[in-house]
Amino acid sequence: MKISVRLFARARDLAGADSTELNCPEGATIGELKQLLIEQHPALKPMIDSLLIAVDRDFASEDFILTEGVEVACFPPVSGG
Amino acid sequence: MPEQKQSAALESVRIELTEREIDYHALTEEVRTTQAGAVVLFLGTVREMTQGQRTLALDYEAYPEMAEAKMHELVKEAAERWPILSAAIVHRLGHLELGEISIALAVSCPHRRDAFEAGQFLIDEFKIRVPVWKKENWADGTTAWVHPTLGNTPPAS
Repeated sequence: MKISVRLFARARDLAGADSTELNCPEGATIGELKQLLIEQHPALKPMIDSLLIAVDRDFASEDFILTEGVEVACFPPVSGG
Repeated sequence: MPEQKQSAALESVRIELTEREIDYHALTEEVRTTQAGAVVLFLGTVREMTQGQRTLALDYEAYPEMAEAKMHELVKEAAERWPILSAAIVHRLGHLELGEISIALAVSCPHRRDAFEAGQFLIDEFKIRVPVWKKENWADGTTAWVHPTLGNTPPAS
């Protein structure tokens, strides 16, 4: 299944794109998605351990299982305020 | 109106992301109500010095849809813990010069202790959970995203 991932802040700058499309196997977890993400965008590798993933606008853990049609975003720890 | 036990007191909530200057006086007026005995306003402003380095400006960006959802979630949680009458949170995005206001947060409660505690909770949790990022424009001409060095444990929702 194709999963579109929105990128923000330093993750976007390093990847050089504000979104990217990944081909994930059915039943893929967030952890697997992150691996696919750094394969496609090696520039993100140094920050992989700090990258957060949101699914449908909420934080998702590494073992969360992705399904078709979800909204996925990838970004570093937040620094607003 | 059907009774809503936990957040029955909450009269109004305003959540906004804006590229324009924040009118914190208007924001404060919005949360004032005759039921309130206390109004707390917090302003976050662009600071010049950070650990010996001089900032010229900050650039803010957000994941707007999630940021707004998280801000609503924060107010809802706060209203379950304190008798909040009204709350407003506005965060500015884009390029901010020194001293400009990046966030204004106002909360009203019947009594001051609750208003202070709710305000503290809202700004502390905002900084952990709401997807907004700042980029430093340092005086030496370099820029750098500010990303707290956390592990990959997502913030509790």
